[in-house]
Amino acid sequence: MVKSFGSQPVLRGVELRVREGDFLTIFGPNGAGKTTLLRVLATFMRPNRGSGKIAGFDITKQATEIRRRLGLVSHDNLLYDNLSGYENLKFYGRMYDVPRLESRIAEIVNQVGMEARLHQRVGTLSHGQKKRIAIARAMIHRPSIVLLDEPETGLDQEAIAMLTGILDSLGPRRTVIMTTHNIGQGLKLANEVGILVRGKIVFQGPKPTEDPAAFSDVYYHYVEAHR
Amino acid sequence: MRGFGGKVFAMLAKDLLLEFRAREIVVSLLVFALLTIIIFSFAFEPGPDRIGIVAPGVLWVAFTFAGVLGLNRAFVQEKDSGCLQGLMLCPVDREAIYFGKMLASFIFMFIMEIIIMPVFSIFLNLPIFMPWLLLIAFLATIGFVAVGTIFSAIAVNTKARDLMLPLLFFPVVVPVLIAAVKSSAIVLAGSSLDDLWPWLQMIAAFDAIFLVISALIFQYALEE
Repeated sequence: MVKSFGSQPVLRGVELRVREGDFLTIFGPNGAGKTTLLRVLATFMRPNRGSGKIAGFDITKQATEIRRRLGLVSHDNLLYDNLSGYENLKFYGRMYDVPRLESRIAEIVNQVGMEARLHQRVGTLSHGQKKRIAIARAMIHRPSIVLLDEPETGLDQEAIAMLTGILDSLGPRRTVIMTTHNIGQGLKLANEVGILVRGKIVFQGPKPTEDPAAFSDVYYHYVEAHR
Repeated sequence: MRGFGGKVFAMLAKDLLLEFRAREIVVSLLVFALLTIIIFSFAFEPGPDRIGIVAPGVLWVAFTFAGVLGLNRAFVQEKDSGCLQGLMLCPVDREAIYFGKMLASFIFMFIMEIIIMPVFSIFLNLPIFMPWLLLIAFLATIGFVAVGTIFSAIAVNTKARDLMLPLLFFPVVVPVLIAAVKSSAIVLAGSSLDDLWPWLQMIAAFDAIFLVISALIFQYALEE
């Protein structure tokens, strides 16, 4: 896939294959195109050239089918500040046609630990609390494919553990693609890793090591070689 | 409620609740339209012989510019809070988002018009209740927001969005505005309703055309 903004190429021919059930972490320096890649995969924007399929559906022609299966946790919370957490979840739940919505809201809110503040307006919550509601929003429809764009931003260790618990609760067939700068966290969660440099995937495969320090050497080797 | 109608209703209910909490749009429209009516009524002080010429222009200047103010805000909250991405992620027909937004803008603008009309009548010494004028406002507002919603979605992604909306929007909505002013003039001058009918048909035709075309191309307006 190729994606440019004006004359500025951001993705220069990304080739990516992810199996069902995989947890792929994509590492890359600033400006490598990680967020743009996730935005194309999330069907926010179309690639200028190339094609892609998610769960067998074409990302440009069958975007609605992909969206039905997709959950995104991004830098933005995608929440309305003047609505409560409950009202936000109810709105998104309706948009996703979530069956038995009330019980699903109760279940996901319990998982993110926000029962006590569910009816408080989102604008009055702390950054971490908003992020928890944002995770509940992303998971309200039990997505089978989850995109995480640097999810550790604004989340403490407890919240990250909560997030991985929710991902596990989606079942073994759920697929996760995560972008991050945090090598330790990204390596710990993934079974597959990718390195994106200047808009190209320069490495993808099973994680070569469990040791963050050793992986850092591999990572910087690829970054320097393709910079 | 499920299906297309359920999504439209969910969008509309969300926008109405947000407006009920923030009271940003309707109040701004009201204040703007009220000030316009007051200023024009003092500036012109039209006599009974010229009321049919001046009053329709005064009324539609107030409605049009207040309406643009409201349309400018239709997607701003979604954009600034990042919720536009949340909407784009939803597996719903883009037409559902369009109709939800359009209906909300219509309700905000029509509430303003219902409140402003008696004030306009008092300031210009006209009958308080003018059902034909209300019908013209109803029909013209549908066309106005049908086009305005799509240009609002386009303008929100530009840097000078407050400037872009009227620049893009007015050339397209001119037929509705002309028909609204002409038909209002007929009502205010007390002319025959036979003269009014072709203008109402014209507004209704534009409403239908704009609604269909705008709904169909809305998905391209939302894309980055």
